[in-house]
Amino acid sequence: MNTHRLTALMAFAAATLLSGCAAPQPWVKPYEREALSDPIMAFSRGALADKHREHVFNVREGARGATGVQGGGCGCN
Amino acid sequence: MAATSLWRRLLRVAGSLLAAGPAAAVTLPADRAEALFHVYDGGGVKADGPALLVRKSIADKVSLSGLVYVDAVSNASIDVVTTASPFKEKRTAFDLGLDYVYRDATVSLGASSSTEPDYEVRAFSLDAAQEVFGGMTTVSLGFTRAADTVGKKGEPGFEDETTHWQYRLGLTQILSPTWLMSANFEAISDSGYLGSPYRVALVFGAAVPERNPRTRSSRAIKLRAVGDTGSVVSRSAVRAEYRYFWDNWDIQAHTVEFGASRYIGERWLVDAYVRGYSQSKALFYSDNATAETTYISRNRQLSSFTSPSIGAKASYSVGGMPARFDLKLVGAYEFKQFKFKDFTDLRSGQLYSHSASVLQLYLTANY
Repeated sequence: MNTHRLTALMAFAAATLLSGCAAPQPWVKPYEREALSDPIMAFSRGALADKHREHVFNVREGARGATGVQGGGCGCN
Repeated sequence: MAATSLWRRLLRVAGSLLAAGPAAAVTLPADRAEALFHVYDGGGVKADGPALLVRKSIADKVSLSGLVYVDAVSNASIDVVTTASPFKEKRTAFDLGLDYVYRDATVSLGASSSTEPDYEVRAFSLDAAQEVFGGMTTVSLGFTRAADTVGKKGEPGFEDETTHWQYRLGLTQILSPTWLMSANFEAISDSGYLGSPYRVALVFGAAVPERNPRTRSSRAIKLRAVGDTGSVVSRSAVRAEYRYFWDNWDIQAHTVEFGASRYIGERWLVDAYVRGYSQSKALFYSDNATAETTYISRNRQLSSFTSPSIGAKASYSVGGMPARFDLKLVGAYEFKQFKFKDFTDLRSGQLYSHSASVLQLYLTANY
């Protein structure tokens, strides 16, 4: 009986301690993402317009890159 | 037994990180067509033209896209006016893309070409994006290699080459039901001819052809955040971004942008934004060098300058036939200024500055 109690206590202690190591769970569930999927939240709303704007900057400014646009490359000098 | 439990636990932790919650399958980019007319007008340069993009998916696994982009440039910039003669030329670019979705990953392949009378670019790119953590995080990796052929009008004997390698890394994170953020990093290396065969530098007041290094390596990091502010102002959002850029030519640049968007009525979506840009000059940039050096350039793109801008965009949903297609009309205008800190207008002897207008009119159709 005592052994069982000790085992149960140890199991409880282990579970409590290990729960501290649990990986974080996704805290925004898919059904809570309605606002995020609205076009108003999109980083890009027009691929061509973004490409044009990036080209305008690329040919006139020294900085380039990390725009978040796939493919990259401006074909300019 | 204990070892097995630990192993299981580790697997579970790894599993929950990779696919916690219900699997949020990635979807292909929506089928879409865009037609754009674009104008840049400033500092004696006018560049305009049409562009067209068509994207269509096949069997819900692959999405193909094709793009044509035309830039008709009429150049009477300060360089041209003070050291050469005005010219006109046309650049035509074609892009082909293929996106493939497998479970929570998207793989994208791209090939592009850009042709001007004296400049040609051929490029290919590979990008991969993977959703992890129950769809709350997207990790992306990308690579582009571009090869340019540089010529010079009126000098058939002049031909040189440039190669560019771009490596990108991105992370997009859902922070809350109303906030998103992203971080992007990109490293670019160039090798070959990195100047313009037409541009001149000034050494002791005398014009000499510019001499640029044949290699360049740059890094850029960008942070962005966008939030739904519908709880404060109905149907609205705000965004902010910052990019830090540095390269081994000693240029450092900061870019900041703040914007706000709002739906008005059923059909309008309006945006307003401000952008700030500033950079320091390249080591070998000089307005008028007072010493002979290996490298010398008077390219004002490599000088110290600031460039603030302000812009607005309005999008009108025309509607369409439900379940067949949906049309939107968009107009965007941006007013920019360039204020150079060490580039003299040789006509007046004053520091050079100019303003510019960027206009975009486009139509998008989702079908």
